[in-house]
Amino acid sequence: MKYKSLSSFQFDVLREVGNIGAGNAVTALSQLLNLKIEMAIPSVNVVSFDEMMELIGGPEKKVVAILFRIYGEAPSNVFFVLSVEEAELLIRTMTNNPTYEFKENISKDSLEFSVLEEVGNIVTGSYISALSDFTHLHLQPSVPHLGIDMAAAVLTYGLIDISQASDYAIVIDSKVNSQGTSDVLEGNFFLLPNPGSLQIIFSALGIQENE
Amino acid sequence: MNKVGTVVRVGIADLNTVRTPDRIRTLGLGSCVGIVIYDEMKQIAGLAHILLPDSTVTRQKTVNTYKYADTAIPYLVQRLLQMGARHSALKAKIAGGAEMFKFDSGSDLLRIGPRNIEATLTELEKLKIPVIAKDVGGNIGRTIEFNPATSELNIRKVNREEIVM
Repeated sequence: MKYKSLSSFQFDVLREVGNIGAGNAVTALSQLLNLKIEMAIPSVNVVSFDEMMELIGGPEKKVVAILFRIYGEAPSNVFFVLSVEEAELLIRTMTNNPTYEFKENISKDSLEFSVLEEVGNIVTGSYISALSDFTHLHLQPSVPHLGIDMAAAVLTYGLIDISQASDYAIVIDSKVNSQGTSDVLEGNFFLLPNPGSLQIIFSALGIQENE
Repeated sequence: MNKVGTVVRVGIADLNTVRTPDRIRTLGLGSCVGIVIYDEMKQIAGLAHILLPDSTVTRQKTVNTYKYADTAIPYLVQRLLQMGARHSALKAKIAGGAEMFKFDSGSDLLRIGPRNIEATLTELEKLKIPVIAKDVGGNIGRTIEFNPATSELNIRKVNREEIVM
């Protein structure tokens, strides 16, 4: 189906999908960190690949991205994207080490690497299971893949499946942030359904294409 | 010619050409490959930022020429020739094709970086364009900028020294 021809009702449905996923993830994150975490209403955008990079501060911005591929009935990619400062804050909270600073080129078997992967696992796992419950679709996340680099370099991986069939991606972006502390933790979830998956999600929710 | 040049920016699955004094740049190459083709004497250069190796497996009805190595490179060469570059003088410098994530599954789709490099080299060889320099592979993103006046390619990476080749 053509992304450009989505009705406003279909956009609303996708916004709700993002809401439910992120809502669950926020609860998990909030319990994990013992912080009050809030979320904004998700935005749903049909964007070109270049525009997608602008959504997170430009193609060269250094980000920490945790990628999950979703297998099963509606193949998709999910990114949990943090800035370097946010990842640092997360590691400080998780390891109880208030002076921790991000080192250059952290290795794959370092503590901070596993902390980030594990947080990603818990948070994104709850995001995906909420989607699965809501749509009654069988969705199976991969293990987490952590990438720390320029935004465009890491995010294009989520576009590989999509780009075989389209020059646009549909991005369901949910922002979460912690408040009430001096440190603000802000993260973005990007759900990137593969082109065929969008129709499957709509059908699973009982929505016809032309509604 | 004391005109101050501008920098032309090339997006994802995009291409463009420049002449001195302008320069050409693309940001954040991950598994994508940035291909610079230039005529040193005429100081004309083109840059393609390709996302995928092979247009023949596309599921799109109309192929986006700029997106694939096997279509973007011949098109870029054609554009350069129209600008007055000579085919026999064309040379190439390439960068990118990293593997930003390691995946457990053996699906071919996931070796996209190495496959983009392979497809790029094959296409350049087919067109008899020698590759003068390359900085490819690894697991790091790259921003590249080419200056047709000097034929130098600057490569910037996160937390690394900038290199020139």
